[in-house]
Amino acid sequence: MSLPAFAALLERLAFTPGRDGRIALLGRWFAEQPDPERGLGLAALTGALPFAPARPALLHELAAARLDPVLLALCRDYVGDLAETVALAWPRRAGGDAPPPALSAVAEGLARTPGAELPALVAGWLDALDAEGRLALLGLVAGGLRAGVSGRLARLALAAWSGRPVEAIEEVWHGVAPPYRPLFRWLEGGGERPDPGEAPVFRPLMLAHPLAEGDLAALRPEEWRAEWKWDGLRVQLCAGPGGRRIWRRDGEDISAAFPEIVAAMDFHATLDGELLALRDGGEAAPFADLQRRLNRRTAGPKLRRDCPVGVRLYDLLFDGAQDLRALPFDARRARLEAWIARVRPARMDLSPQIAFASVAQLAALRAGARDPAIEGLMLKRADSPYVAGRVKGLWWKWKRAPRAVDAVLMYAGRGGAGAPGGFGDCTFGLWRPDGRGGEELVPVGKAHPGGTDEERLWLERWIRAHTVARFGPVREVEKALVLEVAFDAVQRSARHKAGVVLRAPRILRVRRDKPAEEADRLEALLALAGDGAAPAGTAAD
Amino acid sequence: MPHPETWLRVTPAGLWCEPGDFFVDPTRAVARAVITHAHADHARPGHEAVLATAETLALMRARLGEGRAGRRQQPLRPGEVVVQNGVRLWLRPAGHVLGSAQVCLEWRGSRVVVSGDYKRAPDPTCAPFEAERCDVFVTEATFGLPVFRHPEPEREIARLLASVALFPERTHLVGCYALGKCQRLIALLRRAGWQAPIWLHETLLAACRTYEALGVPLGDLRPVTAARRAALRGAIVLAPPGAAAERWAERLSDPVIALASGWMRVRHHARARGVELPLVVSDHADWDELNATIDETGAPEVWIMHGRDDALAHALGRRGIRGRALHRVGRGAGEADAAPGPAEDAAA
Repeated sequence: MSLPAFAALLERLAFTPGRDGRIALLGRWFAEQPDPERGLGLAALTGALPFAPARPALLHELAAARLDPVLLALCRDYVGDLAETVALAWPRRAGGDAPPPALSAVAEGLARTPGAELPALVAGWLDALDAEGRLALLGLVAGGLRAGVSGRLARLALAAWSGRPVEAIEEVWHGVAPPYRPLFRWLEGGGERPDPGEAPVFRPLMLAHPLAEGDLAALRPEEWRAEWKWDGLRVQLCAGPGGRRIWRRDGEDISAAFPEIVAAMDFHATLDGELLALRDGGEAAPFADLQRRLNRRTAGPKLRRDCPVGVRLYDLLFDGAQDLRALPFDARRARLEAWIARVRPARMDLSPQIAFASVAQLAALRAGARDPAIEGLMLKRADSPYVAGRVKGLWWKWKRAPRAVDAVLMYAGRGGAGAPGGFGDCTFGLWRPDGRGGEELVPVGKAHPGGTDEERLWLERWIRAHTVARFGPVREVEKALVLEVAFDAVQRSARHKAGVVLRAPRILRVRRDKPAEEADRLEALLALAGDGAAPAGTAAD
Repeated sequence: MPHPETWLRVTPAGLWCEPGDFFVDPTRAVARAVITHAHADHARPGHEAVLATAETLALMRARLGEGRAGRRQQPLRPGEVVVQNGVRLWLRPAGHVLGSAQVCLEWRGSRVVVSGDYKRAPDPTCAPFEAERCDVFVTEATFGLPVFRHPEPEREIARLLASVALFPERTHLVGCYALGKCQRLIALLRRAGWQAPIWLHETLLAACRTYEALGVPLGDLRPVTAARRAALRGAIVLAPPGAAAERWAERLSDPVIALASGWMRVRHHARARGVELPLVVSDHADWDELNATIDETGAPEVWIMHGRDDALAHALGRRGIRGRALHRVGRGAGEADAAPGPAEDAAA
């Protein structure tokens, strides 16, 4: 019965927003499920099960074989997501009362079955499951459960369930593999602590609090150090005799996606830094450039050539086997500078410190930062040790002020994370000349609607009432509603018709007072994108 | 034999039987009304004469007030026949809520069954649906899409109780419609062994009292406004959907918001309602029940009212049954896939 039990867990996770609730649900799973099911379930949730996702066409083939095309189209239009549609509408075969498969049987079947035999295998499982189980199965097959369980949350849940500190679990986590039998034995007090041996160990990262105006007043310049906040991906590099790893902030292993960095990690140390895409001449590029590398498990030679990357180093946690984390920041910084001078690692450089004498000067630096790869400033207390998590008063992040445009709503699609009113994806655009003497709208980004329930409900109704065309779950709406959209930055993008795209856009509010013709024009954004602007880091030492 | 179309018509006031001169579930006050069940969208106030089951009449009086539930009330037992101007009329249980009935009409050998709302899944609070053969079956189609296949309600109740066990400090606030769903949930909880008091929002109490007076025991029910905070830890509270946002709900202890409705089968509905524990419990026939029921009636023609007609008409056509949309008058023609409004949603 384990796949249905797993499906029930997934279903609850899908609707449980709070971290404590999610941890409790995972804890019950660990407590109630036998081995190897509990470990496999954990691996499935965190994306650690070792099999390749099925071709997307498999889902279409399964649906076409068993569902009337007219009914399938109606259902899909209603539900939005194809996997959910198939899971719900799948007709059970008469006499099909085979017992549902175990999670272990599914994991093994998916890992071992050749692609040609997969449709029959999956169809047989679908026949033996209920709607919830079918949805879970299709998620496993497609390789994406979208359960929102990060490795970090899983480790917190293991800690809460077992009563062990999460740091202790972090230190053995990367030395164990699904279905994690030795880990569970140890956590239940029935076995030795799994020994990571020489294996690289992830150390939870130190994070910064956002700086508020009030904090600024109390800031004494001589006690603080400033650096740019680079707009890349925060990583931890760990290399030594036991191997080399690149970890994301949440402890996910992304080594395979950045082989050139791994190749350059010819040292024995643990470092904190920012993974950045590089433009010609080695200039750091904004996050959007890195995006091409991020959603891939591996990187081929062409991608590596087209989208080179490097790491800008912030901190040194371990030098060889020596733990530096308890040292004050200034001391670690000196060690880091000496380490770089000694080791001279390829594809890595030092994040420069910015000299400043007053808060006013700092504010001016922040306001004047034009480099699109800069997100703002980082302020670190000179005596701060390197501690896990977000400890108030040690590190501050001071982002650049967000900018905003008034854009026109163009399309609304169902789904999307945190889609409170059903339409989770709102695409909006700005005006530009259409080349025939008129004006046209061109999309510049999408976001999910924010605001109060009431505002979202209003928007929902407006979308329904002003739909002019439909493309599956996406509706095109009358170009008549203005949205105020805030964003962190503008980036050049060849993939977007507008040539630019907004970074981190969020809908602040609906401007019912503003006619669509008076919404902003694309030129305003193009100006902000600042093609090849001089790096603002020139003010640094 | 006259085609039912010639003697049963759609008018602005609802479905009208011309030779008998009466309406079924009229949308406005009329002289003679036959009412399938006591939900607000079927049983409107102010009719002159009302014919329905004794239970429906009692629930209408409780809901609408003595004066407004029909100046003359005529109770009819299921199976008992009355003749009105040559039209034979009798009722069959519909299994939707207590007192719910299908209206069976026969004129000059031509027979129509108006289902009202119905379901086929067992319900401890009302009599089960009985199929009647007919020439035209007028069916609801609230869940007329193959994605709607309701799980067994016992399973959903087990999910609720498992959640109470997992989060013993939290109040479980279950949104449900006041008439029918509320009492069915209570009865299912009792059968699953939940004997603790069940706390009710004020607006659910009246219908529960009427059910009990009509012989449906519901156990220890208490008004939630009378509860001390401590008593609500780990308790189950039933309330109308959306009531969680009201002020009274502040007394609840870190509530798990649940909602019992057939719409909860589809994730975007559950997300749209901000539900943490969607419970798929419906008093309407699901896709399989709709199709099986239509086949049982043997009707060569089906009129489809409230719900979606496109998918059902298509499926019927493939079996040689003529399915036609009967756009119910006075309900407002919303979009076919419009998200359900609060009342409609909850009733499902």
